Amino acid sequence: MSSTPATAVSDRLSRKLSRNVRERAIELVLFLAASVSVLTTLGIIWILLVESYHFFEHVPLWDFLTDTMWTPLFSEPRYGILPLLLGTVTTSLVALAVAVPLGTVIAIFISEFASPRVREVVKPFLELLGGVPTIVYGYFALTVVSPVLQYFFPSLPGFSMLAAGLVMGIAIVPYISSLSEDAMRAVPMSLREGAYAMGSTRFQTAVRVVLPAAISGVLSAYILGISRAVGETMIVAVAAGMQPNFTMNPAEPAQTISAYIVQVAMGDLPHGSIGYQSIFAAGLSLMVLTLFFNVVGHLIRRRYREAY
Amino acid sequence: MNHQDIAAVRGIIRSNRRWDLFFAAAGFVALLLGVLAFVTLFGQMVLNGWERLNPDFFMSFPSRRAANAGILSAWVGSLLVMLVTAVSAVPLGVAAGVYLEEYAPKNLVTDIIEINVTNLAGVPSIVYGLLALGVFVYAFGFGQSILTAGLTLGLLILPVIIVATRESLRAIPVHVREGAYGCGATQWQVVRDHLVPYSTPGIMTGVIIGLSRAIGETAPIITIGALTFIAFLPASPISDTAPFINFQWLTSGFTVMPIQMFNWTSRPEEAFQQNAAAAGFILVFMTLMMNGLAIWLRYRLRKSISW
Amino acid sequence: MAQNEKTPPLKAETRNFNFHYGAFHALKNVNLPVVEKKVTALIGPSGCGKSTLLRSFNRMHDLYPGNRYEGEIVFHPDNTNIVDPKVDPIEVRMRIGMVFQKPNPFPKSIYENVAYGLKVRGEKSASVLDDRVESALRGASLWNEVKDRLDKPATALSGGQQQRLCIARCLATDPELLLFDEPTSALDPIATSNIEELITELRERVTILIVTHNMQQAARVSDYTAYMYIGELVEYGVTDDLFMKPKKQATEDYITGRFG
Repeated sequence: MSSTPATAVSDRLSRKLSRNVRERAIELVLFLAASVSVLTTLGIIWILLVESYHFFEHVPLWDFLTDTMWTPLFSEPRYGILPLLLGTVTTSLVALAVAVPLGTVIAIFISEFASPRVREVVKPFLELLGGVPTIVYGYFALTVVSPVLQYFFPSLPGFSMLAAGLVMGIAIVPYISSLSEDAMRAVPMSLREGAYAMGSTRFQTAVRVVLPAAISGVLSAYILGISRAVGETMIVAVAAGMQPNFTMNPAEPAQTISAYIVQVAMGDLPHGSIGYQSIFAAGLSLMVLTLFFNVVGHLIRRRYREAY
Repeated sequence: MNHQDIAAVRGIIRSNRRWDLFFAAAGFVALLLGVLAFVTLFGQMVLNGWERLNPDFFMSFPSRRAANAGILSAWVGSLLVMLVTAVSAVPLGVAAGVYLEEYAPKNLVTDIIEINVTNLAGVPSIVYGLLALGVFVYAFGFGQSILTAGLTLGLLILPVIIVATRESLRAIPVHVREGAYGCGATQWQVVRDHLVPYSTPGIMTGVIIGLSRAIGETAPIITIGALTFIAFLPASPISDTAPFINFQWLTSGFTVMPIQMFNWTSRPEEAFQQNAAAAGFILVFMTLMMNGLAIWLRYRLRKSISW
Repeated sequence: MAQNEKTPPLKAETRNFNFHYGAFHALKNVNLPVVEKKVTALIGPSGCGKSTLLRSFNRMHDLYPGNRYEGEIVFHPDNTNIVDPKVDPIEVRMRIGMVFQKPNPFPKSIYENVAYGLKVRGEKSASVLDDRVESALRGASLWNEVKDRLDKPATALSGGQQQRLCIARCLATDPELLLFDEPTSALDPIATSNIEELITELRERVTILIVTHNMQQAARVSDYTAYMYIGELVEYGVTDDLFMKPKKQATEDYITGRFG
């Protein structure tokens, strides 16, 4: 160095100071970026609560929870969430009846039965399937699945929760199979070796040792599947019909909570009207429902958390 | 063990094996169902929309007459919305991922952020639409614009990018970090010069998957009240007078591919269903290409890793 | 080899046995006798192929692609060639039990772990299961420690208890041959001596083949010892003879610690 030792040291000290300031500033910026996700959550909660509060100034909470009619556009509107809730629950049940067995079987098959080469092909294929936009699935439900179902059950209407739910199930399969498979692959090989060394077949190893060992991850996959089904919008908006219907019969058309939000948003409801507020109340119900499943899932998972 | 025992054991194995066979068949059938669904879905759209897939379709605005209708405003809208989404979500997501993986102290605040990111991934997309409607459209006054739509989808895919960033950072072994620190680099220099560049392919994978999800999202965009009949293009981002770039387009009304498809799907006329099929084909084709790119990128990444 | 003396009855023997991991020739022309109702120890430096040989006995290598057996492992009294591709690996594993290096209890209850092998064999009667589970746990000297918490998860046991549970899991199905793959390498000294004691007791009931990296352990528990080096069987003999007066210089170097 050309400078005298004394200035070099002080120079270094001041550089260290400015360097520290800069490092702290950068850390702060990064922290703010990370906080955006929390702000998003707070924003969601805030907007849902505020608009729902205005909504419940007009509609008693008790009526909202117990009335079996949802007719917000009639001259004498009734705001009972139950029909929409039943629509959501019914389509989700149909979807899960398809997605859970299919997804689990596929996950076990890929993880424990398929050769590495088959796995290399099937996994990306499933991911591709999971990337198909839901509006396309909705179109598929309306133009292919509904007519096919009507061919077998002529009394089935053109819009039905059955058609929407079935296709929703197919749309959810990739999520469930992919996450369950990840959980099963994470089971250490030593457990499989232990099972095989006892003379187990593949099926016994998979179902009696690997699946129980991975159960916490598999249940997470189911919970995610439920969340997707409950919040799924476009498939039901296109294929389940748009009439609120107080029924759990999948062979009937019905409206779900999310489909109602879409229906209202497509029209031109003025900001601040009760119709506008009603979609936030519906959104709040949807969030509560999702939250409920997530909490239940969390509890079940904790109960079954296995240490391997 | 005598011979009789061995015979008994073989019997047991044989009956156990039947389950193997049965299950392998079940798995095969399940997969086949998936393939079948996909092939029918894709095939039906191709067959139905084939005759609409011509250059005019790409260069025409939507129209009341199905045969004249096209997707010009839709694909331009999708492109611009994706631009806003990428510009907003990528820096935010990468920064958040870097913070959580490299900087965050183990404390309550960090825990809250982490739990929050996990939970956000499970929030239904339509709820993001409600957030955008209340906050971006009315509270911030952005209106039903490209900016609103882009930011909404940006928030929606933020968790995907954060998780991808964290995973690729985690895959970088400690000795790389130690080597960089050993040269006297500060934490930020280590992040900027080493960690982020080395994890770029992994982050890109996440970005592409996030964007491919965003491009197909319909519900949140409908919720913010995006019009479905748009027969004009937003102002061009590039102008011929200085400063050559303008941001008018950000506040413009718009439509996007999935909304255009939804619009046509809900029309009863057969001719519009053809348009829907053609639009659906293009949409699926785009998402497939993006996902395929991401999968390929990840595959190459796994092959070329040599820490 | 011990051929000149009066040959004791064999439970199994390898004949010109070779094993390949893909292109890697891991075992070369190994001829190893396994004497019935005795303990045979495999010793040798890391990577010498002792574990590979042990795992061949119950076809563990079948679980991974690209592995190839050559030659024979003959199992007596029925002279089955264990590694013949025509022989069902599951049948082999039902007759030959294995205890692994790290305890690997299934994430189930203690009871379910021990009963697992029986259930795989189709046993359904609860009373039979109860009896066999108890006697297996007694056989593994674990009964007194766990009899009050059979329904508790096996993963809550200590490392040494887990390993004895894995032994009980094998004993429940009455194997003809029991393989131990460095069963004490993950355990503390007290747990190790428990397991060694157990192995000494078990020799009355079952033939044992054990891999160990610990020569003292081989000397303590085994009746016969085989020294292996880079995939070859260098020397085999009665344990005392092999340790006191090894015939080969390589063996002597290894057991006296002059080796690497």
